Amino acid sequence: MAKRKGLRSRRRPPRFGGDLVFEYSVMGAATLTLALVWLLVVRMVFDSQASIERFGFGFLSGGVWDPNRDVYGALPFIFGTLLTTGIAVLIGVPLSIGIAVYLSELAPPWLRGPLSSVVELLAAVPSVIYGLWAMYTLRPVMVNSVEPFLKSLLGWTPLFQGDPVGLDKFTAGIILAIMIIPTIASVSKEAMMAVPESQREAALSLGATRYETTRMAVLSYARSGIFGACILGLGRAVGETMAVTMTIGNANKISWSLLDPGQTMASLIANNWGEAQGLQLSALIEVGLVLFAVALAVNIFARLMVGRFMKNIPATGGGL
Amino acid sequence: MDDKIVTQGLNAYFGDVHAIKGIDIHIPSNAITAIIGPSGCGKSTLIRCMNRMHEVMRGARVTGKVLLDGQDIYSSQMDPVLVRTKVGMVFQKPNPFPTMSIYDNVVAGMRLNGERNWRKLDAVVERSLKLAALWDEVKHQLDASGVSISGGQQQRLCIARALAVEPEALLLDEPCSALDPIATAKIEDLLFDLKDKYTIVIVTHNMQQAARVADFTAFMYLGELVEFGVTKKVFENPDKELTEKYITGRFG
Repeated sequence: MAKRKGLRSRRRPPRFGGDLVFEYSVMGAATLTLALVWLLVVRMVFDSQASIERFGFGFLSGGVWDPNRDVYGALPFIFGTLLTTGIAVLIGVPLSIGIAVYLSELAPPWLRGPLSSVVELLAAVPSVIYGLWAMYTLRPVMVNSVEPFLKSLLGWTPLFQGDPVGLDKFTAGIILAIMIIPTIASVSKEAMMAVPESQREAALSLGATRYETTRMAVLSYARSGIFGACILGLGRAVGETMAVTMTIGNANKISWSLLDPGQTMASLIANNWGEAQGLQLSALIEVGLVLFAVALAVNIFARLMVGRFMKNIPATGGGL
Repeated sequence: MDDKIVTQGLNAYFGDVHAIKGIDIHIPSNAITAIIGPSGCGKSTLIRCMNRMHEVMRGARVTGKVLLDGQDIYSSQMDPVLVRTKVGMVFQKPNPFPTMSIYDNVVAGMRLNGERNWRKLDAVVERSLKLAALWDEVKHQLDASGVSISGGQQQRLCIARALAVEPEALLLDEPCSALDPIATAKIEDLLFDLKDKYTIVIVTHNMQQAARVADFTAFMYLGELVEFGVTKKVFENPDKELTEKYITGRFG
C-alpha cells in the first residue's frame, strides 16, 4: 500500500456520498464470493464430521462402501474419477489440439468462423443430453463394435477383461472426452491465433514446412495457453456428474478393467444422496469434500505449471 | 559481376491490390543492394517475392519470374522450402523464438534439416554468432532465452539464425527500424563484413543507411521500379526527377 501511495493520493481527492456507496457496494459483491467459498467449506466439513471422526484418513484408502454395515471408504470413487478423467484426457487432448491447429493454421477463412462456432456450441450442450446420446447411440456402438474389437486386440492386458456391456468406465471416459473437446479446442485455438505472424514467418524463412512451422513457432509459443486449456478440460472431466452417472454403470468397486462398471465421486453422490441418511450422508458429504479438494489441487497445479511456462513468454503469449 | 537474383516481369498482388507492377531488377552477387522508397511502395513485397515469402499471406499471389542463379524459383518443380533455405530473411521486428534458448534459436534451421551432431551444432552456433558480431556478448549465456537480450542483440541473433542454414543470399526487411543508432551501426558494420560471402538485399527507410552501406540502390514508387544503379550515382546524379525529389526530401 505504502509504495503506491504517492501517485494514488494525488489522483484521489477525499471522496463523499455516491462514490463511497459505489465503492463499498462493489467491494461487498466481491467479498460475497469469498464468503460463499468459506461457508461452503465450513458446511461440508461440519456435516462430514461424523464420517471424519469414524474413519479418519482410512476413509481415503477404504475400498468398501456398504450401507448395510455402515462402513464407508472413498477409494473406489477416487479411483473411478481418476481413471475416467485419464481416459478423457488421453483421447480428448490430442483430438482437441488437432482441431485447434486446423482451425487456427489451416482452415480457409470461410470455414474457420462457422466451424469455430459449432465447436463452441458443443460446449453449451447440457450434459444430460450427452448422457442420453451416450446411452442410446454410443452404447450400442460400444457394445457391438468398439469393445469387442478392443477386447480381441488387447484382451491379454488387465485393462480389457470381462464381457462388454457398454455401461462402463470406458464408455464414461469416451463421453467425457467428447464433452471436454469443445473447451480444450476453442481455448487452444484462441491461444494459437494469438501467436504473432512474425513467429510463423521466422520459421518459414528458415525453410520450415507447414507442419514444422506449426510445431516450432505456434505450438511452442502458445504452449502455456494450450496447457491451460487442457486443465480447464480436466477440471470439467473431474467434476462432470450427469453424463457419467448415466453411462458408468454405478458399481462401487475397484476394477482395472475399463469394460467393468465403476463409479466416480460425482456419480456416487448423485446416485445416493436421495436415500442416504445418518453416517452414509456424512460419508457422502466427505466424498464431496474430497472431490472439492481434488478440483482445487488440479487448479493450483495448473496455475503453478502455467506460471512456469509463462516465464519465457512475452505478456501477450498466454491466451488464458 | 554476376547477377544472383533477377526478376522478370514480376507482379505481386494482395487480393485485388496490385502491389508490384512488372518489375525487372538484377541483384548483383556479393554486393549490398538497398531498396528505398516511400511507405507502401512495395519494397518489402518485392523482397518477399525473392524467397517465396509473399505467397504465405492470405490472398497473395505472384506472376512473372524470379531467377535465382538462372533458375526460376516460381517454376512448378521448385520447392518453396528449398528456396527459403537458399535465400534467408531477416524481418523488421526482431523475432527470435521466445521459448528457445539463444543456442537453440541459432540452430533452429539446422535442426529442421535433421542435424543432431552436437559438435557440428556447437561449431555452427559459434561461427554464426561470430559472423553476426554477437558471440562476445552472449557466449556465457547461450542457455538464456532468445528474448532475454536487448532488441539490437535480438536482431543480430535473428541474423545469426538466418546465416546458420548457410544461405546464398540474405534479404533484410528494414532490419534497423526498431533499433537505436548504436545497434544500427553494429548491424551496418556486420552487413559490410558479410558481403564477401553473401548477396545482400536490404529494404530501408533510412536514406543515409542506404548511402552508407549499399553498393547499388533501387528506388521504388507506387509498385514500380523507378531507378536502379550504383549507389553513388543514384544519390548524387539520378537519372529521374522523381528519384532526386525523393532523395532530397522534396517529395509530394
